[in-house]
Amino acid sequence: MKAFTRATSIAVPIDGINVNTDQIIPARFLKASRAAGYGGFLFHDLRFDGEGAPRPDFVLNMPAFRDGRILVVDANYGCGSSREGAVYAHQDYGIVAILAPSFGDIFYNNCLKNGLVPVVLDGGVLAETRRHLHLKGGEITVDLEALEATLPDGARHRFEIEPFWRECILKGLDEISLTSTYEPQIRAFEDAYHAQVPWVRKPEVDLGREGHEDRKVP
Amino acid sequence: MFRKIWDSHVVVPRESGPSLLYIDRNMVHEGSFHAFGEMARRGLAIRSPDQVFGAADHYAPTTGRRKEDAATPEIAGMLDLFDDNMRRGGVRHFGLGHARQGIVHVIGPELGITLPGLTIVCSDSHTSTQGALGALAFGIGQSESLHVLATQTLWQSLPKVMRITVDGALGEGVHAKDIILAIIGKIGAGGATGHAIEYAGSAIRALSIEGRLTICNMSIEAAARSGMIAPDDTVFDYVHGRPFAPAGHQWDEALRQWRALASDDGAPFDAEVHLDAAKLAPMVTWGTSPEDVLPITGAVPDPQAEAGADRRRNMEMALDYMGLAPGQRLDGLPVDRVFIGSCTNGRIEDLRVAARYLDGRKIRVPGIVVPGSTAVKHQAEAAGLDTIFRNAGFEWRDSGCSMCSAMNGDLGAPGERCVSTSNRNFVGRQGPKVRTHLVSPLMAAAAAVNGALVDVRREIGARRVA
Repeated sequence: MKAFTRATSIAVPIDGINVNTDQIIPARFLKASRAAGYGGFLFHDLRFDGEGAPRPDFVLNMPAFRDGRILVVDANYGCGSSREGAVYAHQDYGIVAILAPSFGDIFYNNCLKNGLVPVVLDGGVLAETRRHLHLKGGEITVDLEALEATLPDGARHRFEIEPFWRECILKGLDEISLTSTYEPQIRAFEDAYHAQVPWVRKPEVDLGREGHEDRKVP
Repeated sequence: MFRKIWDSHVVVPRESGPSLLYIDRNMVHEGSFHAFGEMARRGLAIRSPDQVFGAADHYAPTTGRRKEDAATPEIAGMLDLFDDNMRRGGVRHFGLGHARQGIVHVIGPELGITLPGLTIVCSDSHTSTQGALGALAFGIGQSESLHVLATQTLWQSLPKVMRITVDGALGEGVHAKDIILAIIGKIGAGGATGHAIEYAGSAIRALSIEGRLTICNMSIEAAARSGMIAPDDTVFDYVHGRPFAPAGHQWDEALRQWRALASDDGAPFDAEVHLDAAKLAPMVTWGTSPEDVLPITGAVPDPQAEAGADRRRNMEMALDYMGLAPGQRLDGLPVDRVFIGSCTNGRIEDLRVAARYLDGRKIRVPGIVVPGSTAVKHQAEAAGLDTIFRNAGFEWRDSGCSMCSAMNGDLGAPGERCVSTSNRNFVGRQGPKVRTHLVSPLMAAAAAVNGALVDVRREIGARRVA
């Protein structure tokens, strides 16, 4: 994960509550490898027409917003399918932070794990910000160290991110190496736990091998 | 109950911030290739292969059980990649040709992989389904799946808990799907943000396992992380004897532990919601979010009646996409296609309910039935349900996610109005420009016969009189 401290960028307003991950990246693109880049899939069906040409009326295609790297969106953003490709698409496109009144739960976690900064702010403030951006454009600064977002009107708003995740993103920390420092605790827990619920591991079950065509089951 | 399961799985407690939580089951599917690719790239080994289970479901063709049956070579490649990853990882898995293949949330309970008191994760949002057996089950992303594969744990912050109590008896023709759609309509698609849900009440208790799985399945559509129901004798009877369930003296010990899981009387909840089951009608969605839902007796709402400008604009966009006008009656709305299946409603009871209605009737629009698992398919065939579906005019397919996620090539055509037993009516979910109406299996069968959405209660009554 790449470390993130602060960023200032043109902000892009995206309207609509409950924008789901199917919209953010349609299912048919999920077969791609990450190395190939997911940026071209971000909002694909809203961004491009049937022939693959950019739709001029979609906000990401408008000249004023083309270089925007921070999104301002509405409630329950990223709800729906758990697909992490929705976060890859934002990141590979270049988005570094998203400001929303609330996020889909799994999408929010996926953001944290990839260092895409999810900023939760008041819905009324963000609705006003989106109106302002549509009319006049503007820049937003997201400062993860200070936990502060500076909106186009200059107003500074404090936001919260779980300190644990903030630390990980600030340092670009690899969570797995962090967890491995707790290996002795995990092992101790496991020994006690499996003695108590031995049925969690049941290696002897045999349900047949792969490749049995239409074997009848009782 | 949520708290009891949580507390028994905390490896490293933290005063504030996420605790390290032990994960009992990690279920994976074709989409998990990012996590497996990253494991290989980092040279990591799966910590507890016995606790990982794989199922081919999202990309599984439903017209046959060979890779060549896949709609495109790319999709066949996804199924190959899945098998390779599972074999290389030493993971027990149910590939396309396996007799126990099926949708991951259907085979979990079916095989006893899902048990009361366990923590279960899967990189699929509908993992919440499995909370119906009294487990703490939730969807995760690929990075989290990677973390579980490597460490068998997850860093998790304690959510709040919402109790949703549904009391009373359901009327005839009204089912579990109608309850959960009514709940989402009431609290909204963001209504349970930051919460785990515990379902309670006499109407929930009266449900079969299949009905409970349907309820918990759609918890995620109300933005909950998980949904769960306290395990009772209905659950214990269901679990007993399943391949991965405890047996012998372990069964007795398990039962003793499981009986203690239910929330204590007077346990506090962060939020409470109540619903009266007796007042519910069959439900149908009219818009592009599961919260856009009404009783079949309702009419399409008018955006102009909405006070908020943003909400008005959202409704106008939804109605434009759905090709509907304010005031239009839902009862009688013509439809083009019907899909019965998915992890919401692809279980044996769902197929029984639909088949009972279809027996002796003919459908007017194309329809497919996709069992949730290969075992459900065989069970239905043993009971002759496939013959009823075929005689009515339905296509009888092999199991998979099919027209719910529409990733395997099973799609509607642009502009088509599709009645579906699945969980999401999102824009483009069942194919570009396809208009999806979510309903129960019984309502889907009735829509197929009438070529239109209808109040199925009228039809049941008519036949009984005749």
